[in-house]
Amino acid sequence: MKVRYGLLIDYEYCTGCHTCEVACKQEHNFPVGRWGIKVNEIILENFNNRVSIDYLPFPTDLCNLCSHRIQDGMLPSCVKHCQAGCMKFGPVGELAMEMEKKGKMVLYTPK
Amino acid sequence: MADSETRVVRTTVWSPGPGCHGGCGAKLYVKDGRLVKVEGDEDHPFNQGRACPRLLALTQYVYHPERLLYPMKRVGARGEGKWERITWDEALDTIEKKLKDIRDEYGPESVLFCQGTGRDIGGPISFLAYSYGSPNWVQLGLAGQSCYTPRLAAMSVTFGDFAVLDAGQFFVERYESKEWQPPKCIIIWAQNPMSGCPDAFQGHWIVECMKRGSELIVIDPRWTWFASRSKYFLQIRPGTDGALALGMINVIINEGLYDKEFVEQWTYGFDALKERVKEFTPERVSAITWVPADLIIAAARFYASSKPAAIHWGLPVDQCPEGTTVAQAITHLWCLTGNLDVPGGNVIARASHNVTTYPFDSHQLLSLYGEELVKKLSEKRIGAQRYGMVRNFRGWAQPDMAIEQILTGDPYPIKAAWIQTTNILGGQAADLRKHYEALKKLDFIVAADTFMNPTIMALADIVLPVATFAEKESFRSWWAPLSVVVPAVKVGECRSDWEINLELARRFNPEGIPWKTVKELINERLKPSGKTFDELAAQGSWEMPPEGHPSRPYRRYEKGLLRPDGKPGFRTPTGKVEFYSKTLEEWGLDPLPYYEEPPESEVRTPELFKKYPLIMATGRRSPVYFHAEHRMIPWLREIDPDPIIEINTSTAKEMGIEDGEWVWIENDRGRIKRKARVTPIIHPKVVMVPHGWWLPETEGKEPYLYGIWEYNCNLLIPIGTQGKSGFGGGAYKTTLCRIRKMEKGEV
Ligand code: SF4
Ligand code: SF4
Repeated sequence: MKVRYGLLIDYEYCTGCHTCEVACKQEHNFPVGRWGIKVNEIILENFNNRVSIDYLPFPTDLCNLCSHRIQDGMLPSCVKHCQAGCMKFGPVGELAMEMEKKGKMVLYTPK
Repeated sequence: MADSETRVVRTTVWSPGPGCHGGCGAKLYVKDGRLVKVEGDEDHPFNQGRACPRLLALTQYVYHPERLLYPMKRVGARGEGKWERITWDEALDTIEKKLKDIRDEYGPESVLFCQGTGRDIGGPISFLAYSYGSPNWVQLGLAGQSCYTPRLAAMSVTFGDFAVLDAGQFFVERYESKEWQPPKCIIIWAQNPMSGCPDAFQGHWIVECMKRGSELIVIDPRWTWFASRSKYFLQIRPGTDGALALGMINVIINEGLYDKEFVEQWTYGFDALKERVKEFTPERVSAITWVPADLIIAAARFYASSKPAAIHWGLPVDQCPEGTTVAQAITHLWCLTGNLDVPGGNVIARASHNVTTYPFDSHQLLSLYGEELVKKLSEKRIGAQRYGMVRNFRGWAQPDMAIEQILTGDPYPIKAAWIQTTNILGGQAADLRKHYEALKKLDFIVAADTFMNPTIMALADIVLPVATFAEKESFRSWWAPLSVVVPAVKVGECRSDWEINLELARRFNPEGIPWKTVKELINERLKPSGKTFDELAAQGSWEMPPEGHPSRPYRRYEKGLLRPDGKPGFRTPTGKVEFYSKTLEEWGLDPLPYYEEPPESEVRTPELFKKYPLIMATGRRSPVYFHAEHRMIPWLREIDPDPIIEINTSTAKEMGIEDGEWVWIENDRGRIKRKARVTPIIHPKVVMVPHGWWLPETEGKEPYLYGIWEYNCNLLIPIGTQGKSGFGGGAYKTTLCRIRKMEKGEV
């Protein structure tokens, strides 16, 4: 069976800095309007008497997990540049093991 | 990617391009002489391979079709937008002749040398000003000089040095360094570290500390991402941070939570400080700041009982009324708790390897230009007669007074301005109209920049095209590491700020300038490090200070590394940390920290408050822009497209304003328009209006000037609110306003 790869996001630490979006655009030379990954903002009021602010990047159908970079032994552009260091790339099985260790994670399998 | 024809240049980032305070390592991919891609450099300790959106969009900046590529002269009237391409020779000859004529007739002090924020400009522009003979190196437009200088001055008078939150940035191994430990508690005071890297501190370092256990106290009128993850969030009334700091000191002293040993052995004036903060009880401070008293107490206790603990602060501290004294009180917090120059505390930050790029203090200025010249020039510096701090700390002219002096000619006339990589009218100038009117009166204005902007369009006679960091040789010692900026490509006829200024400096002061090339000058200034530009470039562009060097932590006061006489202690008159500042006393200022109410507020101007019931705080950072830059970069503008105003959900509801609707923001100084972002993150009595908005895609010629009169929030902000030190107090966060929904048919 072919190994499936994915992107693991630790959204406890995603700050919403937009680096992944521009890293992806540069890597794939996407014009304005096309996104390989898009950061979503979730703001909730009066949440435990606080305002909760979370960000979650979402890889779109244009994400090919930077296959050309992986072939060259590099990390996907978004993963490499993420300012919070909160993204991981790898085989889905290994990433799922990471999820065992700590909460607030999502795992994407774009392809 | 790195195929045989692609060359990779490893360099350190500083300014034009991402625009920022810099420090990151970058890998520039060059093919056929063209920059094709940028990545973060994984071997550089500053960013460890990471990068921000502005760096990653660099190719769109460097090769933007609107980039200025060659020198131009104005051929129509100012503001008509008629320019003619000229050669560098013609441009430099014209500038030389005009500025020499002005120097002969009115004296060198009649020329202002204007820069913006803390970029790779302070070095070259102060060099040019001093070579020409003018003491008026100025952040023109920046009311109260309210950007870092007040904090620098406060630290300098208190302990003779500067300090920053310790995120392991002085070690190659960073978070893995054996010497370092993460702060147990971090106070983020008036800053949103997500959006950028102010004062040579990469905001996301704090995220790495959080992963290693740091808990947060956040002080801000706005819920930030960090606030949402904090242990204590103190949602403060803008401008009242001084009262909060004094209140926290009160709790820490009265509950005996300070570091007794450190205070006993290394500080001076504790009893005077204790007496001063008596009146700042948590209850009184709560009434001033809107922060509940129990939260003030809890935060003070948590900070003081966490060892180590560190404070990361932002420029709103400078923009509080009397900015320097607010910074002084916050400085006292980390000194009282013994968190100065310890691992995971506020670590002393010196220019790496004792190399000076950009003079941050008077010691550096004196060593570069000599006591005689600096003293002589200081006499005539604008503001030096009125303000002891302006006269004695660093070398800035006082900006509020500088603009007035253009209008009054008192005590001497101002005839010309050299404006270098600062878009005064689109950027920092408070009381925009006054700046516009005053600057128009000048006989001669040169602007050097990367793009056409409202300031150049309205004012410039000669325009010079400036290189980005990818096109230039430069060097950097803003804390650590020591690094060099290595050129990768050449674009048009652009030249670096250093290159332009070295050439002109030579023309103004031929005997004083021995260096033939920028590299020679850099090598001269790198001497204390024992390395040359080429050596640093060859080793990846950076080097950390060696063990035992005064620019490397920790506890240097115990080791005698801080004072010129080599004795233990601090570089202050008493040799100690001075809670009671002898230096401030000598400068005719209150030696102890105090609180002052904002110039406009419900407390100070209740009548005005009735008319304008909202506090307009400006200047929250966008992660994709640096101040007034980058609105023309497609990948960045797409992410943050509109000039907005943040209005609290309940406030908007009361006023019938819905998300996405356009509103007027008004006060007695004028009105601007913004698109409403209705959000719970901002305090209901405050609106947040991001600064730096002009629209490069619109008409640049007079009278429109790319929309500055419609969108620039600084139109509503006064000048002349500077503190008693001359530094601090620009009312960028505390100006009163009202908002009104735009009616149908209004544009
Ligand atoms: S993995 Fe590559 S293609 Fe996918 S979102 Fe990240 S940068 Fe874009
Ligand atoms: S780069 Fe990382 S921290 Fe920034 S928005 Fe993307 S996932 Fe979040």
